[in-house]
Amino acid sequence: MTSKIEVKNISCTADLVEEDRVHKSLYSDPNIFEEELDKVFNNTWVWVAHESEVAEVGSYKTAKIGRQPVIVSRDRKKNVHVLQNRCRHRGATVCEGKKGKTKAFTCPYHGWGYGLDGSLRALPKPEEYDNILDKSEFGLVKIRTESYQGMIFATLNDSIEPLVDFLGGAKKWIDLFMKQGGGYPIKTMGDHRFRFPGNWKIQLENTTDAYHFPIVHKSFITSIDEEAKEVFDFLDGEGFVEDLGNGHSVMVMIPELVDLEANLDEPIPERYADLAKELSAEGHSDAEVRKLVRAVGGSGFNLNMFPNIACSMAFFRNLVPISVNETEIHHVALGGEGAPQAFNQKRMRLHEHFQGPMGFGTPDDGEAWERVQAGSHAGKDGWIMVNRGMSKLTTSKDGNVKGAVCSETGMRAAYQQYKKTMSK
Amino acid sequence: MKLDTQLLADVSAFLNVEADMLDNKEYSQWLDLWVESGLYIVPVDHSVTDYENNLNVAYDNHEMRELRIARLTSGEAISTQMSDKTVRTLSRFRVLDDIDGVVRVRCAYSLFENNINGLRTYPANLQFKLVRDGGSFKIAEKVVKIMQSSQHLTTVSYLF
Repeated sequence: MTSKIEVKNISCTADLVEEDRVHKSLYSDPNIFEEELDKVFNNTWVWVAHESEVAEVGSYKTAKIGRQPVIVSRDRKKNVHVLQNRCRHRGATVCEGKKGKTKAFTCPYHGWGYGLDGSLRALPKPEEYDNILDKSEFGLVKIRTESYQGMIFATLNDSIEPLVDFLGGAKKWIDLFMKQGGGYPIKTMGDHRFRFPGNWKIQLENTTDAYHFPIVHKSFITSIDEEAKEVFDFLDGEGFVEDLGNGHSVMVMIPELVDLEANLDEPIPERYADLAKELSAEGHSDAEVRKLVRAVGGSGFNLNMFPNIACSMAFFRNLVPISVNETEIHHVALGGEGAPQAFNQKRMRLHEHFQGPMGFGTPDDGEAWERVQAGSHAGKDGWIMVNRGMSKLTTSKDGNVKGAVCSETGMRAAYQQYKKTMSK
Repeated sequence: MKLDTQLLADVSAFLNVEADMLDNKEYSQWLDLWVESGLYIVPVDHSVTDYENNLNVAYDNHEMRELRIARLTSGEAISTQMSDKTVRTLSRFRVLDDIDGVVRVRCAYSLFENNINGLRTYPANLQFKLVRDGGSFKIAEKVVKIMQSSQHLTTVSYLF
């Protein structure tokens, strides 16, 4: 006689991601969060800066790869470095500013001084280190960094593929996104930072979630003019979401604003008439004015790159995981380097209108996300559905899986990459 | 140092009314406190003085103030539906100068928000430009320098 022994199925985190749904514990289990820091953030390309944030010799910005503090700096030869923010002596951070300019990074504890490239230059009273410390081996630890179109990424894993391969299908959309300087190179113009009590993946999902827009952002839509309302009424339009591979996806809400350098002879929208008039009065040619006005509101799509950065219409959305139930979001405003002041001012005012802690959009997103986090504690078991639009998928011109604009194709793309990464 | 205690009393009385209106969400009366060209500003970076050419948390002219009030009161914004009244206190008033009918004043400020995630506190320095208007004032500029604004805030569904 044989007897059956019940064996409890011990599942790994990757098993909590299915094609059409993900388990709610992905939002609330602290052990899963720790595993994510290790497997996702410490093992993939993570966005750390845009080159305009460290534009000049001596410019620096502090950032995080997962939980690890890093410094992005530009040295005297104009090379960009990503350095572990940790003194090689007793381990204090050597830079605490958000951004700025400096000649060197000096540890506040015992005064070890590092160059902009991280090399250890000097330390007080060196004689006690005679024959026991080789300064050339004690620079700040350099982290592998590569960039594309000014987007600086870093990775703690030296053996993963080059950045351009990781970005893959996203590159085409980065190229398009960078056209919104109105003929001038893209530059960052400051950022809004806020935290919400929820898991980082709730924000990751949201960037390609058109379905929520008319519901959550009703009060924003009420605050804009009739012509703009039509632009933002995109759920029944020709938009789409494409899975770009490696967890990246693009949601095109406004197809006519995909290429900001095309269709420059279109009529100038009423809401930008004053801007056009001002630019003309400053002496800009009709062609220049049209290019600037067409670019001022940003691109008609959100490009979501796994795991922490999005090129979202007119700004960069950078997410920083803090804990299993807390996430910091940076909304980085963008303008044109050398572009007319009126253009950059308008872009900042548009950014303030929707984005940031007091925008007309973000607080309502935050409320919805908080509710998702709170709901993740209800019940013993439960799943987050990401199956919307699955029965109506097609293939895009680029050969990618494509769904309707309000499908959850982008979320499925991110979660499949997550599953792959968490399986390793 | 000679203090104009009457002006200090007038200014602090006016600003306490303004604060009381915001805590009690008397928004239409609050809108009447402003001169048409007035600006309500919550900067990100406290060292900035050219607010127009920098990114702010809020940079509201007359039109944006009206739109913001409409958003906060219409019931359409989900973040406003559960929001409780705030409590704010003002103190440490100092008149910086009083030139051509424009009084510049600054004060300490602390706002408490009863949030579902716990009590939130926002200390700030406030700066006002007040224009004399009959026996009272109108606001020409209000700048709210929230202590954490250059680091990170939470989302906000009321007015500072």
